[in-house]
Amino acid sequence: MTSGIKDADDKTIRELGEKIVEAKYGNLFQMYEKIVDENPYKTPMKIYPAVHYTMGGLWVDYNLQTTIPGCYAAGEANFSDHGANRLGASALMQGLADGYFVLPYTIGDYLSDYIRTGVVSTDSPEFDDAEKMVRERIEKLMGGRGIHSVDYYHKKLGKIMWNKCGMSRNAKELKEAIKEIAELRADFWENVKVPGEANSKNQELEKAGRVADFLELGELFAKDALERNESCGGHFREEYQTEEGEALRDDENFKFVSAWEYTGEPSKSVLHKEDLVYENIELKTRSYK
Amino acid sequence: MKLFLKIWRQKDAGSKGAMVDYTLDGVESDMSFLEMLDILNEELISKGEEPVEFDHDCREGICGTCSLMINGRPHGPDSRITVCQLHMRSFNDGDEIVIEPWSATAFPVIKDLIVDRSAFDRIQQAGGYISVNTSGRPVDANAIPIEKEMADKSFNAATCIGCGACVAACKNASAMLFTSAKVSQFALLPQGQVEAAERVENMVRQMDLEGFGNCTNTGACEVECPKGISLENIARMNREYLTASVKG
Ligand code: SF4
Ligand code: FES
Repeated sequence: MTSGIKDADDKTIRELGEKIVEAKYGNLFQMYEKIVDENPYKTPMKIYPAVHYTMGGLWVDYNLQTTIPGCYAAGEANFSDHGANRLGASALMQGLADGYFVLPYTIGDYLSDYIRTGVVSTDSPEFDDAEKMVRERIEKLMGGRGIHSVDYYHKKLGKIMWNKCGMSRNAKELKEAIKEIAELRADFWENVKVPGEANSKNQELEKAGRVADFLELGELFAKDALERNESCGGHFREEYQTEEGEALRDDENFKFVSAWEYTGEPSKSVLHKEDLVYENIELKTRSYK
Repeated sequence: MKLFLKIWRQKDAGSKGAMVDYTLDGVESDMSFLEMLDILNEELISKGEEPVEFDHDCREGICGTCSLMINGRPHGPDSRITVCQLHMRSFNDGDEIVIEPWSATAFPVIKDLIVDRSAFDRIQQAGGYISVNTSGRPVDANAIPIEKEMADKSFNAATCIGCGACVAACKNASAMLFTSAKVSQFALLPQGQVEAAERVENMVRQMDLEGFGNCTNTGACEVECPKGISLENIARMNREYLTASVKG
């Protein structure tokens, strides 16, 4: 890159450096500057690791079909390409791979059996049941005692997750988190306040539905982390580390993906183990040194 | 800091809207503009009033949903950023801040500050894609070298997040900057050539059908665009369109 500049002095290198960094990461540096109010080209950036993805998603088969026939999950919503860690741009990769290479073939294949089906009537007990379930859930959210806002619960949940179910976690705190989230969930369903009406656009109601889901998913997260007695990728169990403080994997007992079957209560989820089978590569310990 | 907000409230598409005054105290300069609105909403909810609805999703300048007219400028006073990237340090204690939704016939208000931008989706659906197979039969798209200058121009056009600020900024409510960015990102690359003529014709036709206004080269769109999409794209689209109609 510097082939055109012989014996560049310090100043030139610095100038060149800024330009090259800008060409490659200008948008990220601008984002940073707007949030932190410091110029990242001049001051060291403050960066720290944090959990920001679930490292998982809906279980799907090789055709990306979920456990519900005809319901497909593509991109980051499914679990298929996630490892124990998540690398930058995996969202894009998975969206492209699923959308370009898999779904065009598998969905078409599924639909080919139904091409002559015509319009499906809503006059069926299955439809009635589903509708009733959704209505009841909405009514329940709207009819809480109206004490705390949805954000109040979202923030409380966030704090539990941040403190006790972050990248570094231990059995004691995970058990506490499970208990606290279950209590918070009960409190939410009794005391949440959703203003406005159910039959018009209502962002608080939309948010309430999502936070209700997070309150289940959060507990399942903690349960999954508690039962995985090893350290691996974004899951660092403080009890399982090498003398140097590196992640200690246990391939003998945990070389599997945990697929949790929903049964209503997170604590009663049923574990299905999907073995990780490596045919062409040899398992190794990753070292960042 | 203490702020005096004037916010557009409108129950739904069919109702008449009006500006409503709110005073908000305890705002900190490190808060983002949307966090400031979150705090206002918490206060409103605790008082038993309905919160102000506004669109938002990523809150990091990449999804294009946060779309507010702030003191008469799309995305507010700072340039090259979206509302979610705007921070309260750009305002002063005691300021009056006027917050309105985008105003354009093709973007009807859904509620309060939320507008319906599905017109943009329909323009995209009319041609904003590539349907030729680029996966190696006969040529792998990754094996075709592309000049850096072209790649950069295409990339820059592709950074358009579909926020609609260009339409909101334009006195004619024209969607030329958006549509031209979506046409250009493909027009500049080899894989975009096969469908180039159809694409530009279909997208421009859809844009006209949606009721966006004409472009009179005022350039307000480029100034207010959070992603710095260049007017060059409009010139390119006009050329593409002309070539397509000549070939007809
Ligand atoms: S051209 Fe700019 S202002 Fe218009 S939609 Fe795209 S990003 Fe937004
Ligand atoms: S919320 Fe996504 S760009 Fe602002």
